[in-house]
Parts: sequence; structure tokens; C-alpha cells
Amino acid sequence: MSDNEVNDLRKKLRIAVLPPREPELKRDLWPTMLSRLSEPPHIRVPWFDWLLLGTAGVLAFIFPGLIPALLYHL
Amino acid sequence: MDLLERFAAGDLDAFESLFRQHQAAVYRWIVRIIRDSASAEDLTVETFLRAYRSHARFRADGNFEAWLRRIATNAALDHLRKARVHVELPDDLPADPTPDAAEQNESRVAIRSAFASLAPRLRIVVQLGLVEEESYRTIANALGISEAAVKLRMFRAVRILRKKLHHWDMRP
Repeated sequence: MSDNEVNDLRKKLRIAVLPPREPELKRDLWPTMLSRLSEPPHIRVPWFDWLLLGTAGVLAFIFPGLIPALLYHL
Repeated sequence: MDLLERFAAGDLDAFESLFRQHQAAVYRWIVRIIRDSASAEDLTVETFLRAYRSHARFRADGNFEAWLRRIATNAALDHLRKARVHVELPDDLPADPTPDAAEQNESRVAIRSAFASLAPRLRIVVQLGLVEEESYRTIANALGISEAAVKLRMFRAVRILRKKLHHWDMRP
């Protein structure tokens, strides 16, 4: 593709994509920052861990004899 | 101990000073990528939160602005990935458009749709490179990739846009 084509696309995009409504920051964000810092960190448990826990629970329910072995390996 | 060393050591006062120095620049950078001022404020805070949590990884002799800009770019990219693709219409659409105005608006909407349908990692390169006219080097530094990778992404994005606009019979 030629430079002319890219320049033409650039012009069209600059017309079509709207400029941001508020390009400058209007307020101090430090108070928001402080409240975010005081929040406890959000810990996400991966789905695979839930799956393992569920599988272990089902196995323990069906085969109670596995519980001591499971506890030994924890 | 200078400000950056104190920040790297986890000093909250140093972090506050850096936050106040750089919040406006980070906001401006993010709003240029995502075009949404409310989300840009949230992402500015998110950027500094990520920076504060990673303070131990920051080298005090490094470039803080470049490091922060990379975090901000990643936060904006995450936002683009999560955000639903939508086409924002301009507020000044004429109520009863003439055929020419209607055609122009249709053309703008088509270009915006094609742009919005790009994968976020391509869209951010087009946004910064073509719309905001940033250099390949600046984009590469912000994304943490090589200039060659930026050029490749730009080439792919332009090819996709051309195909889509050609499909709508709007050859660029």
C-alpha cells in the first residue's frame, strides 16, 4: 500500500474518530487514589483451584477413607 | 534519598508527590487512547495503583515517566479489551440531513465501525499512530514492543481497514 493511501486513511480517521470531550483533567484524583489504596486487595481465585477443591470434596464424600491421605499431603 | 528512591522503597509521601506531578499527563495519555473522560479518570487511578503495588520492581535510576506510561498503556489496553465495541455518534448530527450530509455521516459511521472492529492491540496502534500522530518509537516504548512490531501491527491494521472500507465501497 502506498503512503498516499495511508495518508488518506489517516485523514478519514481523524475526521471520523471524535476528539475526547474532556482532554484535560478537571479535578485532583488523589482522594480517589487514597480510597483505592485503603481497599483490601481483591484476591481472585482461579477457576482451576475451585475445580480442584470441588473434585477433592466429591472424592472425600464418596471415598471417606481418602481424607487422612489428603490431609497427609496438605 | 531522592523522590524516586523513596518511592521505590514504598514511601507513601513520595508516591503522593509523584502522583500529583504526573496525574494530568497520565490522564491525557489515557484519554487519547480510549476517548472517554470518565473511564480515563478511573484508569488513571488504576495506573497509579498498579505502579504503587509494583514499586519494588521500579529501578530508582530508571525513567519514571516512561515506566508509568507503559503501565497506563497496558491499563488502557485492558479497558479496550473489556469494553464492548460500540460506535459513538457525533452530537451535532443534523436533524434533517441533506443527501450530502447524510452520505458524509454514513461514511464517518462506517469508518468508525471499521475502526472499532479492530482487535484492541491493532486499534491502539492505529489510534496513537494515525489519529494522534505519535511516532513509532513512542508507541513502541508505550507498548513495550519493538518498532518493527509496531510497524507490522500498523500494516495489518491498515490492510484490515482498507478491506472493510473497500467492502463498503469506500476506498480510502
